[in-house]
Amino acid sequence: MVNYESMKCEQVWREISNYLEGDADAGLRAAMDAHFRACSRCKSLLEGTRNVVRLYGDERMIEVPSGFGRRLERRLARSGRVRSGWATWSSWMIPLAAMLLMAGGLKLASSRTVPHPLLSAHAQPGHGIPPDMIVVVSTDAKEFHVPGCPFIHNKDKERTMTANEAQREGYIPCVRCMRKYLEVAETGHAEAGTEASAHGDAEQESLRGNEP
Amino acid sequence: MAEAHVVLNNPAMTREQELIAQVQRGQNELFYELVRPYERRVYAAALAILRNESDAEDAAQEAMLKALANIRQFRAEARFSTWLIQITVNEALMRRRRARNAVMEGIDDHRDEEGEYTPRDFADWREIPSEALERKEVREKLAQALASLDRKYREVFVLRDMEQLNIQETAEALGISIASVKTRLLRARLMLRDLLARGWEQGWFSRLPFEKGTKPW
Repeated sequence: MVNYESMKCEQVWREISNYLEGDADAGLRAAMDAHFRACSRCKSLLEGTRNVVRLYGDERMIEVPSGFGRRLERRLARSGRVRSGWATWSSWMIPLAAMLLMAGGLKLASSRTVPHPLLSAHAQPGHGIPPDMIVVVSTDAKEFHVPGCPFIHNKDKERTMTANEAQREGYIPCVRCMRKYLEVAETGHAEAGTEASAHGDAEQESLRGNEP
Repeated sequence: MAEAHVVLNNPAMTREQELIAQVQRGQNELFYELVRPYERRVYAAALAILRNESDAEDAAQEAMLKALANIRQFRAEARFSTWLIQITVNEALMRRRRARNAVMEGIDDHRDEEGEYTPRDFADWREIPSEALERKEVREKLAQALASLDRKYREVFVLRDMEQLNIQETAEALGISIASVKTRLLRARLMLRDLLARGWEQGWFSRLPFEKGTKPW
C-alpha cells in the first residue's frame, strides 16, 4: 500500500507510467504531484518519460518501405478477392497493349530495311515497348513477358508490373513472346496501330501505345 | 440488403463506416481505400514483432488479406484500426512462432521481470521538440533505441504508445495480462528515456533548432 503522505522516489518511479496514463486515483495523483514539486529528479524523470511517449507517438516515427502501398494494392488484386482500380484498368489494357504491340511490331517490320527486322528488334531490349504496358516477371528470372506467355518460369513467383518498371528493375523482354506477337501481327492486326496515339519520340519510331 | 441501404444513407456515418458497410456487402474493390490510412500502423505492428522489413511487409500484406476475408465478422462496436492491428499482431506472432525465433528471443524473457528498473539519468530534462522528427537521422536513432529493447518491452510499447491501442487491447493482442502490459510499458518508457538521455550525450540531437550551445538538460 502506498503511503501517499511521504512517497519515496522508488514508489513514484513505479507509478509514473500509470500517472501518465491517467490511471492513478485522485489520492495517488495528488501525492505524486506533491512529490514532483519537491523532487527535481523525479520531475525530470516525469518530463523525460512524457517526452518519450510524445515523440514515439508521432506518426512520423512510423515509416513504411517505398512502394509498400502499391505492392499491397497489387497483392490484393492478385488475391482474386479484389478488383482494384489497377485490375479493372488492366483488364482492358492488357489486350489493348498486346494488340498495339502486335500492330506496332508489324509496322516496325515493314519499315526497316534490314533483312531480319524481328531479330533486330529483339537485339535491343525494351526498345519501343510502351512503358505502361502490363508485363509479367518472375522473381528468379531475367525476362519480362507479355501476360500469358508460356515461357514464364517460376509461375508461383510471378509479379505484374509495367514494362517501364520491369526495365528499371533490370528485366529484359522475352524474345519468345515478343516474336510470337510480332508474327501474329503480321497476319493482319495492323489497323489497330493506326488508332493508337503516340507515346513519345522514342516510341514513335516503332511501337505506339495509348495512355490508360 | 434493405438494412444495408439504410445504413449507407445515414448521414451520421463516417466515410470509414460507409466503406466497411460497402465492403461487407461485397464491394471488395473499396477495401484498399478502407485500409490505406492504416498501412503505416499495420506495417509498424508487424515490424515490432518480426524485426525484419521484408518479413514485416509480407505479414502486413497477409494480414490485410485476412482482414478482407473476414470483414463480415467485424462488428461496428470495435474500432476498425484496432481490429486490423490485432489481426496483424496475430499474423506476425504466428510467423515468429513458425520461424522459431521466439525460442531464441525468449531467453531474456524473464530477465528483470520481477525486479525494479532503476532510472540511470536524472539530469534536468528539457523537452525534445517534435520538430526534431523532421530529421531522418533523429528518427533513425529513435528507431534504433526502440529496436534495442527486449522483445516483450518493445512489443507492448509499440502497440500502446505508437499504435495507440489501450492497455486492455494491447493485453488482448499479445495474449498477456493487463498487469504485465503495465509493468512492461513502464519499463519500456523508462528505458527509452535513459537511452535518449545517453543518445544526447553521444550527439544524436545536436543541431536541433532549440539548441543554443547547451544540452537540453
